[in-house]
Amino acid sequence: MTTMQLVFLLIGAITLLSAIMVVSSPRLVHAALWLILVLAGVAALFVLLEAGFLAVVQVAVYIGAIAILIIFAVMLTRRVMTDSGPQVNSNWWAAAVAALLLFGALLALFSQVSGLAATTSALTASPETIVDDLGQALVDVNRYVLPFEVASVLLLAAMIGAIVIARPSARSTDEGGEQ
Amino acid sequence: MIPLSWYLILAAALFCIGLYGVLARRSAVAILMGIELMLNAVNLNLVAFWRYLTPSLIAGQAFAVIVFAVAASETAVGLALIISIYRRRATAVADEINLMKW
Repeated sequence: MTTMQLVFLLIGAITLLSAIMVVSSPRLVHAALWLILVLAGVAALFVLLEAGFLAVVQVAVYIGAIAILIIFAVMLTRRVMTDSGPQVNSNWWAAAVAALLLFGALLALFSQVSGLAATTSALTASPETIVDDLGQALVDVNRYVLPFEVASVLLLAAMIGAIVIARPSARSTDEGGEQ
Repeated sequence: MIPLSWYLILAAALFCIGLYGVLARRSAVAILMGIELMLNAVNLNLVAFWRYLTPSLIAGQAFAVIVFAVAASETAVGLALIISIYRRRATAVADEINLMKW
């Protein structure tokens, strides 16, 4: 049991416990705050995996943007959501069985696959080289420029779509006046 | 050092918790949170496989970046839909949004 393993187990336990709190917390605002802890735990795991750039992106995009967006949505829709009745639907036990079955199946699968006990060798490239290579790969015609461009178009479409969808319609603006 | 299987088991557990959240929660916002958990589990797997199996290729990290972009757009559109529905029907509970249910 090395120090790295202890650190991994600690971060993993925090991440999983927070994830359970996300799906079980009766108050949505609390669930959103637990979600931030999960995202931070995953960012710490990225650091353990020596993917520093992704850890920074995780903090900036997930914690900085997505979590805040979710908290805003919770606050904008919370009049009916303040603890009115149970937070799970009537089929929650079936959902739990399905999730446990999937987890058991994945564990059984892992036990069949060889090579999962592999440990890391030291990275040959320096962190700067890896980030450099990642940036080059995303704009290199022979590598990942197509997924990169598709993702950028998707982001643009999602941005325009979100504005169009969330904008109050002309009729409700007429009725409600200036909101 | 940490074996690869530890990361895979952790990601599998995270994915299954997210799946439970998607299937069991009533609030549409909570369902989106479950989807975020599942996307994070996938990203963890991608980066773990990159680090352990192909550290010389950058493919794992590149696709993790793409997953970030998809997650951001999915959240933006999903929350816009939820707010739009809430504005019209004054509810964000997935069970009560049954206008298109046959």
